[in-house]
Amino acid sequence: MSTMTTARGRIDWLGIFFAGLLTIAIVGPLLVVGTWAFTEVWRYPNVIPQQFGFRFWAQTLGRADVWNALMLSLQLTTVVTLLSALICLPAAYAFARMNFPGRNILFFSFLAGHAFPKFGLLVAIAAIFLQLDLIGTFWGVVLIQLVGTLMFMIWIPVAAFQSVDRRMEEAARDVGAGPFRVFWSVTLPQAGPTIAAAVLLSFVGTFYETEGAWLIGAPGIRTMPVLMISFINNQMVIQFGAVLSVLLWVPSFIALMFARRVIGGGAFARGFGG
Amino acid sequence: MSVLHIAEVTKTFSAGAKAVDSFSLDVADGELVCLLGPSGSGKSTLLRMVGGFEQPTSGSITIDGEDVTHLPPERRPTGMVFQSHALWTHMNVFKNLAFGLKLRRMPAAEIRDKVEAVLDLVGLAGYGDRMTTQLSGGQQQRVALARSLVLEPKILLLDEPFASLDQHLRERLREEVRDIQQRLGITTLFVTHGQDEALSMADRIVVMANGKTEQIDRPDVVYRDPKTPFVAGFIGSMNLIDGEVRNGYFMRSDLTVQLQVPDGPATLAIRPESLDVTASDTPKASVHRVTDYGSHGLVDLDLADGTRLKSMVAHPDLFRAGQGVDVFPRAIAAYRDNQQIYRS
Repeated sequence: MSTMTTARGRIDWLGIFFAGLLTIAIVGPLLVVGTWAFTEVWRYPNVIPQQFGFRFWAQTLGRADVWNALMLSLQLTTVVTLLSALICLPAAYAFARMNFPGRNILFFSFLAGHAFPKFGLLVAIAAIFLQLDLIGTFWGVVLIQLVGTLMFMIWIPVAAFQSVDRRMEEAARDVGAGPFRVFWSVTLPQAGPTIAAAVLLSFVGTFYETEGAWLIGAPGIRTMPVLMISFINNQMVIQFGAVLSVLLWVPSFIALMFARRVIGGGAFARGFGG
Repeated sequence: MSVLHIAEVTKTFSAGAKAVDSFSLDVADGELVCLLGPSGSGKSTLLRMVGGFEQPTSGSITIDGEDVTHLPPERRPTGMVFQSHALWTHMNVFKNLAFGLKLRRMPAAEIRDKVEAVLDLVGLAGYGDRMTTQLSGGQQQRVALARSLVLEPKILLLDEPFASLDQHLRERLREEVRDIQQRLGITTLFVTHGQDEALSMADRIVVMANGKTEQIDRPDVVYRDPKTPFVAGFIGSMNLIDGEVRNGYFMRSDLTVQLQVPDGPATLAIRPESLDVTASDTPKASVHRVTDYGSHGLVDLDLADGTRLKSMVAHPDLFRAGQGVDVFPRAIAAYRDNQQIYRS
C-alpha cells in the first residue's frame, strides 16, 4: 500500500516534458495566428506587435468574395455530408451485417483510395472530369469531396454497427418489431453516437478540404480554403490569412465542443478503435 | 391452453454438423420443461428455433395447432428471455416494457396499466423511470422477464437466464421465476446447463447430448433412474465403472458385483450415497481421501487397478487415508451399448 502511494506521489518529469512539448507544438502556431489576426503593425525585431486593431477584420469581412466563399463552402459541405451519409450508412450496415461476394475486397477498396498519393489520384480524376464537363462546377467538387469522406463514413459506422448487440435486435424482433422497425428503434439509436461522430468528422474534414476543391473547382468554384490560398499566394498580407483562420476556427471549435457534449469522448475512441 | 409440439426437428449448420438431430418433444399447457445438456448439445439452437431465430433444416414446430416453423420471430406467440438480458440500453425500464405493446397499437393508458402490473409482478414496482444500466444484474434479468411477460406470450422461452448471476441470486430468482410461471400457468421452455436449476424448477427434464435426446422424464426419475450412461454421469454425482460380466457377476479389479445379465462388457453405475464402505481385513479398495462436509462426508477410494470411486458416508471420522476397506453397492444400474440393461 505504502509503495503505491509513493509511486503516485512521484512527479513524472518525462511525462510533463512531453506534454509541454506537445502543447507548444499545438498551441504555439494557434497563438501566432491569433495574434496576427488582431495586428496592424508588427515589425522585426519586436516580440509583440506595435499596434493592435480590427482594421483587417473590417477589410476581410467587407469583401464580397469572402462571404460568397463562406456560403459556397457551407452549401458544399452540407450537400457532401448529406449525400455521403445517404450512400455510406446503408453500405456500412451491409458491410457490418451481411455477407456477400466481394465483401472484403470492396471494404478494403475504401482504404485503397487513401493509400495512393492523393494529388496524383486527383489529377487523374480531373482528366476524367474534364471530358465530362465537371471541371469548375459545383457538382464536380461535390463528387471529388464525396470520395474524401468515404473512409470516415464507412469505417467508423461499420465499427458502430458491428458493436451493436445482436441479442438486442433479436429481442426487438421477439416482441413484434419487423426488420425495419428494429433498425430504426434499436440498431440506429445504439450506433447513433458513434455515427454522429463520423458525420461530424466528415463535415469538418470536407469544410477544410483544399486540394480537390482547388483542382476540380478552379476557377469557377472558390471555397474558403481555396480563397485563403489565393490570398496567401497573391497578396502576401499575413493578416488576411490570419483573420480567415480565426474566422474558420470558430465554427469547427463550436462543432467539436457540441459533439463532445452530445456524444461523450468515448464514442470517438470507440469509433476509431472498432 | 397453449401446447408446444416439436416434431422431428433437425438443424444442420453449413459445416455439415448436426446441431439438433431429429428432435421431438411435446410440452403440455402450463408445463415447464427444461432442456439440460452440456454446451454444444444443441439445446440453445433448439430454443432459438422455437423462437424463430434459427430455421430448422427439417421437421416442424407447432403452437396450439398452428404451424410456426417458417414464421419470423415477430409473428410468433413466443417470448424469449436472453442470457445477456439484451435490454435496450437507450430506453428506460418503462420504454423497454412498453415497446412491444406500442407495436400492437395499444392505447397509452392501457400500456401504462399493463407495464405497472407486470413490474409489480416481478417485484420492481416504481422502477419504470430508471435506465436499465442503473439496475443490478438480478433486476435487469427481472426486467427482461417482464418485457416478455407483458405481451402475454403463449410460450415463454428462457435461454440460461441466470447464467451471469451469482449463486445466491440465482437460487432466489429461480424460485421467483418458478412462482410466477406457476401463477400465470404459462407454458415454458427453459434452457440450462445447470442440473440444480433443472432439478429444482422443471416439471420435466429433457437431457440432451450431441443434438439428440438422451432422456425425457420428471426430475426425480431422471436422477433416480438414468436411462443412458450419459445421463447417469451428467446428472448428479455417479460412479461409472467399466468392466466385464461373466457368469452373472460384474468384475472390475477386486470388485465383484452380482449382475444377472448375459456375459459381455458392461458399465456399472452406483451413486455415492448407494455405495457403503466398511473397514475390512480383506480389503478390496483403499481410502485415498476423506472430505468432511459437516452434514455428511465423502470418501474417495481406489480399487487395486487405480479406479477411483466415491462413497457418501454419515460418519467420515471413521475413515482415514490409506485404510483398507470393503465396498457394498446397495443400488446399481448397468448399461451396455448405450442402453440400460439392469436396474436394482
